[in-house]
Amino acid sequence: MKSSRIVLGLYTLFLMLPIYWLVNMSLKTNAEITGPLTLFPQQLTLQNYVKIFTDSSWYMGYVNAVLYVLINTIISIVLALPAAYAFSRYRFVGDKHLFFWLLSNRMAPAAVFALPFFNLYQAVGLFDTVWAVALAHCLFNVPLAVWILEGFISGVPREIDETASIDGYSFPRFFGKIFIPLIANGIGVAAFFCFMFSWVELLLARTLTATNAKPISAIMTRTVSAAGMDWGLLAAAGVLTIIPGAVVIWFVRNYIAKGFALGRV
Amino acid sequence: MKPYNNRAWFLVLPVFLIVAFSAILPLMTVVNYSVQDTFGNNEFFWNGIGWFKELLDPKSELGGRFIDAMGRNFIFSFLILAIEIPLGIAVALAMPRQGIGVSISLVLLALPLLIPWNVVGTIWQVFGRADIGLMGWALTGMGIDYNYVSGVLAAWITIIMMDVWHWTSLVVLLCYAGLRAIPDAYYQAARIDGASRWAIFRAIQLPKMNRVLVIAVLLRFMDSFMIYTEPFVVTGGGPGNATTFISIDLVKIALGQFDLGKAAALSLVYNLIILTVCWVFYTIMTHFENAERRMQS
Repeated sequence: MKSSRIVLGLYTLFLMLPIYWLVNMSLKTNAEITGPLTLFPQQLTLQNYVKIFTDSSWYMGYVNAVLYVLINTIISIVLALPAAYAFSRYRFVGDKHLFFWLLSNRMAPAAVFALPFFNLYQAVGLFDTVWAVALAHCLFNVPLAVWILEGFISGVPREIDETASIDGYSFPRFFGKIFIPLIANGIGVAAFFCFMFSWVELLLARTLTATNAKPISAIMTRTVSAAGMDWGLLAAAGVLTIIPGAVVIWFVRNYIAKGFALGRV
Repeated sequence: MKPYNNRAWFLVLPVFLIVAFSAILPLMTVVNYSVQDTFGNNEFFWNGIGWFKELLDPKSELGGRFIDAMGRNFIFSFLILAIEIPLGIAVALAMPRQGIGVSISLVLLALPLLIPWNVVGTIWQVFGRADIGLMGWALTGMGIDYNYVSGVLAAWITIIMMDVWHWTSLVVLLCYAGLRAIPDAYYQAARIDGASRWAIFRAIQLPKMNRVLVIAVLLRFMDSFMIYTEPFVVTGGGPGNATTFISIDLVKIALGQFDLGKAAALSLVYNLIILTVCWVFYTIMTHFENAERRMQS
């Protein structure tokens, strides 16, 4: 299959070129970036990375982002687990409507919610904290987690629940001891996607923070200084935001399609 | 059949409460603003359905702006689907079916999906510049007049290419998941029949990808319809208003001009469009799922 190798090769090349360029830029000095174009750094420098790791106004951006992403992932998974179980195992009043309503929130444009969230979190005194962003991202991550987990839970035969209850397990014990280990894969996948969608979002994170809790994505947009644009620093900051995803992706590679399709593939 | 038990509501309640807090409460504020006008200083005046009337009237300033932005949104989504779906299918068909190559290509392909959206914007903002970006430099070197800051066509091409770069892999991964579900016996049977490559595609592969393709089309439509961050970083909606999509315009009105009434009315209409598409998505998906369940039992 020579033709398919060419298609795949060209496509991968197309994907990798811009990333290569970003990495390339992050290892150059600004003088070299704005000078004549070079395909590899002539004067290799780690200065841009050093700056990010030593300047607290930069690295705190990563700390803030990681904090709200983690809080959000934990809230989303803990709340979504019982709900996903209920949707998978029972019928109840309004179940279909509720399930659809959840989906509609996953699809809701962040731009619609930016302003009301701004007002809401200012009113409850959480504005400019990581909690505001963590809670705001629940808008799309909780529904996402419910949908993904429901897909995984429906793959576990109902007979297991029944056997456990005959064996005298109470519901909480059954859920913690037997059921959660059974769907550990699903929980991992759901957590990964909550992590990811919270990590890549910018609009809400930027709107809900001012100075203290500003995430890296918002800090990055302001690398303009008196001396002009600091391209190297911008590129280095960008490369560092790609790394968490690139590290974890190996472990979830077989579930990526499932996660993006809300557990429906 | 699942048992009917209303006590399941207790399990759903926490999710219901938190999503209600994040969705219903803010939407109520939006509804409240949408019927009022403000001149700042927190003074509000009743405006009834005035904003909605203006919004849906193409001759007014706001309405014209809205129709234009929506038109751009639809053209954008249409182009995205027209490019990403066929390309995604082609790449999925080219994916290796076994061996270490599978894992490597899965990881490489998925990489753009995990990059923060503003960084995607930054990558292409840099990549397309004639002075410091590889693509801009190469195109200019070939004598093509390419500048996404001043040229409308160049701005559109950049944004489309960026989205193709960012999201085609999603279509690939979904289609690949569909293709993997085809048993080898089907291919063997086709080989014995002497079926052509095209016949295999039409009769075996495409039908198996049906369901994932529906999901891919709808996900790509929804996400491209509410796109904000990536074009905002690259073009900021320009040149002029050439790449101002509804989201970008909405944020401009809401957080830039603090024109709360207009923004709220626009939000509601925008949300209603999304909700409608979402309902179509849900109906089609449950239809496919039920059909599959019937086939299994």
